[in-house]
Amino acid sequence: MGKYVLKRFGSMLITLFLIATVTFFLMHLIPGDPFALPRDTPEIVRENLEEKYGLDKPLFEQYTIYMKNLLHGDFGSSMKYKGQTVVGKVTTGMPPSALVGFGGVIIGSIIGLVLGCIAALNNKGKVDYLVIILAILGVSIPSFVFGSLIQKIFGVDLKLFPIQGWKGVSYVVLPMMTAAFTNIAFYARMLRTSMLDVMKQDYTYTAKSKGLTKTEIVKRHMLRNSLLPLVTSFGPMCAGVLTGNFVVEKIFNIPGIGQAMISAIQSSDYTMIMGLTVIFSFISAIMYFVVDILYGVVDPRIRIAG
Amino acid sequence: MTEEIKQTSDDIRTLPLEFFEKDEQAYEDADKITRPSVTYWSDAWRRFKANKIAMISSIILILIAVLAIVVPLISRYTYDQTDLMAVNQAPSSAHLFGTDDLGRDIFVRCWEGARVSLFIALVVSILNGTIGILYGGIAGYFGGLADNIMMRFCELIASIPQMLWVILLILILKPGVGPVIIAIAATGWIGMARLFRGQVFQIKEMEFVMASRTMGAGSIWIILKHLFPNALSPIITNMAFAIPSAIFAESFLSYIGLGLPLPTASWGVLASDGANKLLSYPYQLLFPALLICITMLCFNLLGDGLRDALDPRMRQ
Repeated sequence: MGKYVLKRFGSMLITLFLIATVTFFLMHLIPGDPFALPRDTPEIVRENLEEKYGLDKPLFEQYTIYMKNLLHGDFGSSMKYKGQTVVGKVTTGMPPSALVGFGGVIIGSIIGLVLGCIAALNNKGKVDYLVIILAILGVSIPSFVFGSLIQKIFGVDLKLFPIQGWKGVSYVVLPMMTAAFTNIAFYARMLRTSMLDVMKQDYTYTAKSKGLTKTEIVKRHMLRNSLLPLVTSFGPMCAGVLTGNFVVEKIFNIPGIGQAMISAIQSSDYTMIMGLTVIFSFISAIMYFVVDILYGVVDPRIRIAG
Repeated sequence: MTEEIKQTSDDIRTLPLEFFEKDEQAYEDADKITRPSVTYWSDAWRRFKANKIAMISSIILILIAVLAIVVPLISRYTYDQTDLMAVNQAPSSAHLFGTDDLGRDIFVRCWEGARVSLFIALVVSILNGTIGILYGGIAGYFGGLADNIMMRFCELIASIPQMLWVILLILILKPGVGPVIIAIAATGWIGMARLFRGQVFQIKEMEFVMASRTMGAGSIWIILKHLFPNALSPIITNMAFAIPSAIFAESFLSYIGLGLPLPTASWGVLASDGANKLLSYPYQLLFPALLICITMLCFNLLGDGLRDALDPRMRQ
């Protein structure tokens, strides 16, 4: 196990390094003037600005400075708004984003798993068809359409919850519902398929012929085995929490990191975009690492093979 | 009783050969194939036809495609024609889906948007398929070190969320139909490459490939003649599912402000415009959103149907 963790950790470090490098060079490929100065700006202003941001140095030297800063936890600062650093944006934006995102994943996965389990046990029954319909709708409705819709229904028409903003508990409900919606569909579908698969396995027949009760079989044999493939999906799912938040945070005007990214894009704040991209990618690479380790803990076959 | 039978069979055996006559006709009929042979594809087509949901989905999709081609050609309005005397009008006989804040006819814009969105989605799906098959095929067929390096590269790309790649690429390439296609396909092919690699790994060890190799077939012949046709069904299914996710990605980009430049109409552009005006003019979101949902639904159902038809083992 220790060797496996070490190996995965090493490959994660390489990934992090490559992500930072790729992002740096991609950002320097962006055509045009990073400062977007008016045409009659004196040359000296431009030179001073370039010096301030180190853009007058050769590319490789810029790269080493950038990497050194990353190692010290400095992901850069905004080019458009004075005093805003990437790390500052992330620390203020993280709590609401994480609350909505992970809340959505947790609520969505619980409801989805329960639905998927019921559907698989009543294969071809009413609940089963309901789950199939829900699962297909879940992947067919873009989240901004769903979000706008429940915003109108529950916020504007029924006035049950506030429409936008981030001032208290009631502001969390609608965004979380939006975030949970796609997860419900995803998990219900996944668990249903993998349960139906497990049902046909020999150990299920063995359990049945041993005379175990139905709940025992479901709990001890079927659920455990069919949850295995779901563990791998947690990595991409957690990474998706970040980008999925872009839409949710924009609809409900939540001051999270997704909103920070969108406003950086809209104001072409390149240093901010770069910093946030690197942080997003780091978070997702670390998530993948954690999930892989977890997977190794749950399924011994993986760590022996890997 | 048994005695009797034994007796008769003994009788037959003792009969001289002249008593027998060769039935030439029956002899030939035995080898004749009386029914048309059922190939894999005709079998798949039969299963697909029997799937009502998938058939209805494909009819709706064909209808959408036809409307997308025809409506902008014959309509009184064009998609970028503004009419400041008829701003934000509700649906009426003059404007079936109403007009937007510049007085543009939403009906025409929706079908023009269908052209753009479906074009993007189809091209992305084809690109994903081609790149993924080439890449996955090479990695899977040659295996070993090449495979290891190639798959590590895939892992690296996949470790950054797809939408971040798309955003970075759009920033570099500047928004437009071409850049959107490139950005979405740039990471989309990885799923296909992994899938095809896995298939190749499985198929290349099978007896018929070994037989072909023993008879002196080269790598290219084996890949094209044996590996590709046998892995075709998951490829087609994967390509069908790539279409809705490309439509999804395009509308996501439009929504966060990296979509197509004005005055291009795509479903993403229309829906994100509409979402901003949902509270005052809900119909402006309703129509593009409905079209997106119906199309995605149909493509997803079509994909399910194709998977069931092409690979009956997967059916559940």
